[in-house]
Amino acid sequence: MAAPEPEAPTTARSRAKDHSPWNWLLFIPIVVPLIPALFNADSPRLFGFPRFYWLQLAWIILGVATTTLVYQMTKKRGDR
Amino acid sequence: MRAHLTEIIVFTFLFLLVSAMGFVAARWRAPRDMAHLDEWGLGGRNFGGWITWFLVGGDLYTAYTFVAVPALVFGAGAMGFFAVPYTIVIYPLVFLVLCRLWSVSHRHGYVTPADFVRNRFDSPILALLVAITGILATMPYIALQLVGIEAVLKTMGVTGESTIARHLPIIIAFAILAAYTYQSGLRAPALIAFVKDSLIYIVILVAIIYLPYKLGGWGDIFNAADAKFKASPAPGDGILLNANNQLQYVTLAFGSALALFLYPHSITGVLASRNRDVIKRNMSALPAYSLLLGLIALLGYMAIAAGVKPLPGATQGSVDGNTVVPLLFDQQFPDWFAGVAYAAIGIGALVPAAIMSIAAANLFTRNIYKEYLKRDATAAQEANVSKITSLVVKVGAVACIVFLDPQFSIDLQLIGGVIILQTLPAVALGLYTRWFHRTALIAGWAAGMAMGMWMLYQIANPATGKKHFAGSAFPLSEFGFDTKKTIYVGIVAVLVNLVVAALLTLVLRAAKVSGGVDHTTPDDYFADEGDPRVVPGAERDADSAREPVA
Repeated sequence: MAAPEPEAPTTARSRAKDHSPWNWLLFIPIVVPLIPALFNADSPRLFGFPRFYWLQLAWIILGVATTTLVYQMTKKRGDR
Repeated sequence: MRAHLTEIIVFTFLFLLVSAMGFVAARWRAPRDMAHLDEWGLGGRNFGGWITWFLVGGDLYTAYTFVAVPALVFGAGAMGFFAVPYTIVIYPLVFLVLCRLWSVSHRHGYVTPADFVRNRFDSPILALLVAITGILATMPYIALQLVGIEAVLKTMGVTGESTIARHLPIIIAFAILAAYTYQSGLRAPALIAFVKDSLIYIVILVAIIYLPYKLGGWGDIFNAADAKFKASPAPGDGILLNANNQLQYVTLAFGSALALFLYPHSITGVLASRNRDVIKRNMSALPAYSLLLGLIALLGYMAIAAGVKPLPGATQGSVDGNTVVPLLFDQQFPDWFAGVAYAAIGIGALVPAAIMSIAAANLFTRNIYKEYLKRDATAAQEANVSKITSLVVKVGAVACIVFLDPQFSIDLQLIGGVIILQTLPAVALGLYTRWFHRTALIAGWAAGMAMGMWMLYQIANPATGKKHFAGSAFPLSEFGFDTKKTIYVGIVAVLVNLVVAALLTLVLRAAKVSGGVDHTTPDDYFADEGDPRVVPGAERDADSAREPVA
């Protein structure tokens, strides 16, 4: 089947691709950094940083790890 | 002024170097024909991973951010750190949402979010509202970039007596910026962003290693800040959040993230990338800037530990908190390195200012000029109108700073964040669903705008004596709740917007009012580079002429 012609099958196929369940993981780095109960405290300190600061900086790593994982798991294989 | 001579020389040298790059940029990855909005306004829609990283990074993390966030941390403590969760949350959102906008825009040749809204909801009026909101929200943001440069110039002692003398350096800087943006379009900020970000990374790496060493270590820095806030009478400050400002912290971070990716300049940066992979990979790589921003925010505490006293502000008795970081550099670094740091901030202002003026110009051209003034405009005419509009926008921004109190621009920027959020239902949700009725979206937009403006108007700050527009933290007690908690205005306004849009949609659907025709198809939202149906320029123009007018 050549690439673009019939509307319906193309739609169904790309839908399946974009609506990967892996995308749900992206809600973790959206929700976790927005729960102050997790990080709004002084102790324990790490290299002199209160928890409020080092833990929120650590969420950056959480964000990077999640987006990287989702990207790797949802990227198109073999058709480009 | 003599005392700052080395700093001024280093600053000027780097500034001129970058300006030269801006002019050369027109030849960089040169197209066959620059007279097309895709070329001038979107850099040929062909930027790869690295360029996009520098461009979007240079775009989102502006000079104002680098100056204002540590100033906020210096003044209020933990609350200012909202910039960190804010810039973490935004990337998964972009990953999910803007990839769809990229695809549909590439297939249909959309240059602005309003182009998309017009065709999705078959409503030029809704598109016009989105375009005007975008332009209004972007203008003060450009003006604020000047505030960033001004903080640096002030610290270097480059200030005169009269209005004109005081602002002459900024006027010259913006004239140069306007000239090379006019000539090179989006390629100029893309090329300059390499220098800007490299300088910023160097400065910050040095700052976070060298300054704690000089100031007695991170523990002492946090303790000094803690002592300052404990001694201050203000209730909301401290190195941790208190029970009353946690909701504000969370809603401000989330609301700002939603607003940031709706801003026309972020969308311009994303649309300029070559394919979906570039965007997705960048969402994993861009948080490197968030780390940088988090560390920059802590410069506010270093300034406390170093005993920095901010310079006086524009009005008698006030202080200009934005001078905190430049003063810290001036005090702690050797002159030549302080000059490099100032250049990083100054050049840091140019990249976003250029992209913002391009984005605002594109909105005007596509959604006002072409829609209402000259429907049969050719691609070359569009590019030309955009170039001229970008000049007008910058003159407006400079005029704002020269003739009005800079505080006015800061207030407008605050309002800008709230109003750009009101395009969320049409632009962001519109990428997922066409359930909302076009008329309901317009009503929701109006309700959200009214609610946001009213709430901002109500906010007073007894400490500074401002009665209105004194911040974005709205006390919930105004709604009749018995509490001291505050919430970010933008979130409430956009919720009102959504509720109105949803209710009215139900009514209009029940009354069987026509919702217009969707000009996009479901698979448009997944199209990628090399897609056979991506419409080439000439055909696209013919296509849009055929569309029915609603």
